[in-house]
Amino acid sequence: MFKILQKTFATGIVTTKYPGEPAQVPEGFRGRPSFDFERWRDARPAADVCPTGAIFVCDEGNSRRVTVDYGLCVFCGLCADASPDQAIRITPEFELASADRRKLVLTAKYRLNADHTHQQLIEMWRGDGHLEAGVESIGQKAREQIHKLLRRSLAIRQVDAGSCNGCEVEIVALNNPVYDLERFGIHFVASPRHADMLLVTGPVTRNMELALLKTYQAMPEPRVVVAVGACGISGGIFGKNYASLGGVDNVVPVDVYVPGCPPRPQALLHGILLAVGRLRGKLLPDRQK
Amino acid sequence: MMSAFFEALQHKFGARIQSMSAEQEDEVYLLVGDPGIRAVVECLRSEFDARLVAVFAEDRCFAEGVFYNYYVFERKGETSYLIVRAPVQPECPEFPSLSAGLPAVNWQEREIQDWFGLKAVGHPNPRRVALHDNWPDVHPLRKDFALETVLPPFEGERHIYRPALGEGVFQVPVGPVHAGTIEPGHFNFAVAGEPILYLQLRMFYTHKGTEKLFEKLPIHKGVFLAESISGDSSFSHGTAFCQAVERAAQIEVPLRALIMRTILLELERICNHVADMGAIATDVGFVVANAHASRLKEMLVGVNEQLTGNRLLRGMVCIGGVRRAWDAAQLAALRAAIDAFASEFQDLIALIDSSESTRDRLEQTGVLRPEKAKDLGIVGVAGRASGMDLDVRRDHPYAAYSRYTFRVPVYQAGDVSHRMQVRADEVRESLGIIRCAAEESLNGDFRAQALPIPADRCALGAVEGWRGEILHWIRTGPDNHLERCKIKDPSLNNWPALVEAVQGNIIADFPVINKSFNLSYSGTDR
Repeated sequence: MFKILQKTFATGIVTTKYPGEPAQVPEGFRGRPSFDFERWRDARPAADVCPTGAIFVCDEGNSRRVTVDYGLCVFCGLCADASPDQAIRITPEFELASADRRKLVLTAKYRLNADHTHQQLIEMWRGDGHLEAGVESIGQKAREQIHKLLRRSLAIRQVDAGSCNGCEVEIVALNNPVYDLERFGIHFVASPRHADMLLVTGPVTRNMELALLKTYQAMPEPRVVVAVGACGISGGIFGKNYASLGGVDNVVPVDVYVPGCPPRPQALLHGILLAVGRLRGKLLPDRQK
Repeated sequence: MMSAFFEALQHKFGARIQSMSAEQEDEVYLLVGDPGIRAVVECLRSEFDARLVAVFAEDRCFAEGVFYNYYVFERKGETSYLIVRAPVQPECPEFPSLSAGLPAVNWQEREIQDWFGLKAVGHPNPRRVALHDNWPDVHPLRKDFALETVLPPFEGERHIYRPALGEGVFQVPVGPVHAGTIEPGHFNFAVAGEPILYLQLRMFYTHKGTEKLFEKLPIHKGVFLAESISGDSSFSHGTAFCQAVERAAQIEVPLRALIMRTILLELERICNHVADMGAIATDVGFVVANAHASRLKEMLVGVNEQLTGNRLLRGMVCIGGVRRAWDAAQLAALRAAIDAFASEFQDLIALIDSSESTRDRLEQTGVLRPEKAKDLGIVGVAGRASGMDLDVRRDHPYAAYSRYTFRVPVYQAGDVSHRMQVRADEVRESLGIIRCAAEESLNGDFRAQALPIPADRCALGAVEGWRGEILHWIRTGPDNHLERCKIKDPSLNNWPALVEAVQGNIIADFPVINKSFNLSYSGTDR
């Protein structure tokens, strides 16, 4: 017993200050690829190498539409390696969670050259991944809301609907002393009947469809669903096939999408805190009834 | 090229062996005529003391008008794999089952039944294993089945469990959604009071068409799919896949990349082993040990990220080598982290050892006897805790393992405590390997020049992942695609061991026994 205490004191506090302070990520970490659409002369090499089709090129007549979907991206960085025009830069940004699936998709329209490179950016719709407000304010607000609305606790039920277990590795890490989810009053529960939030990884397999649906239906209202990782958002590299139904929102409605392959623990935390805000929206109208 | 072993084989079987060829270095293929396969397998096992590593099938109906079954063997002291190829005629889609005498291939033969519609004649339990009972009658790995097929809604029972009868006997169903953050699978316990009489497993809940999908993706994208077979073994599976492709295309990987791969493979092993040790402690109520273990893991995950850009080591391995080199600062960070980890790891072991109540819960719990382990073909950590002296790193050296000396810990006791002990020993050996490798001068190319990958080559990639033996077998096709990619995660071998190990234990010890195996559901289900 004495040894245990001694070790505990010697170790001290190892918990990260995130989200109160910006996360320290090691140099070389591959976060969001950032696209300089003005500068981009040819999207085809990047689209060719992208393992999940997150970069997609569609030519119509003399115009080209390029879409970039962070909901499919596995953050491998091949696109940046393949683009000689240096229009793609790998940034260390990871706070990409969004309540709106469409905001994870960027679309650019170009005029085509004769050699099928592109010339001039005609227009672009930008739904940047992290337009959702700074994470510090989210963290602060979430803490207040968890205290006020949820009586100091948010209960999460996690369901693996078919993932490769990479996302589970990072979700488990949320409970370690470094990320320590419990400091926000957030904890994982065994029963969906105790849960406010459903945290789902996957692609949803045919074999897990029913189990996911039943878990969702067993949760009391109001409830929020968070889809985790490229597979949870869109099916990722697996997509849809005879055994996979693709993203979680093909089976249950999703409130927040957390990109990553897998999302690092801070990115998960960011998504979870974002979803707390959504829960508030659902909770208040309910109370007025 | 051919050793005495293969000459003896040829002598013994003569005409029954239609051809013998070394398609790759350390990979010998025997083509055996239809009726002979059972005799050949039995002789290889009994007279030559060879171990059957894997059984799988391939649909060659369009190209050659037959299916092939493959039986992969290894033998102590022989770095070559022996692969017996046995044709199965589509007019008579059946093959003789070996499961009755060799329980190790029970699931693998049933997989062939489900995926290819080839009947394992004489199988003691020929029910479905890979496809749930409510699936229609489809065989997804046949070439005439399209990946994108939309199957009709499923009807009926997923699986009929065998009834457990008797006074005071109850069945306890658990899953597929478990209490913690765990992958899905169904466990059906038959209990009489506290002790478990019998456990039935239903896996393949996370089946997502992975092997079929490999046939669709260009080879270079297949690397990323390989990394998603089992997320906690991303680098091992990615490396096994790349090794298979490199062998098929005869790409020579530069030494620098081989050494870097070795370091990363060992980092993956340490991260998972230390996390498992913490998780085992948690499951017997020693939460403080887990807090330290997960903190230690986090130390190395940070290094993973510095070295590869990803916490799970993803996006680093590629066909021909690795994607980026390390500078002096990165190597210094690696060395410093390994030193810091090593001393903390000693503290962790001392902490766990100092807790008598923890030791008490782990010793004699979940025993898998060596004879059973041999029958069931158990590999990896679980195998070595039960007398199976197997390690791909030593038996079939790959990456740069032949340059380093390391010990392979083997115990006979086979309880949770010894599965923990194997992990602790292996972490120490891995630290040694990384230290030696990080001292080597890492100069020169880290990636071989990209070459076109020739069609119709077969090759095996084998890696000792942290769980155990990972195999990828491929046949290349035209246009940078694969005709077939067979994946064998060690979990597929080891699930039946869990059934054996829990018998007679109380149901409250199931979590810790399960954790001590820590098998991958996704790796099994693919």
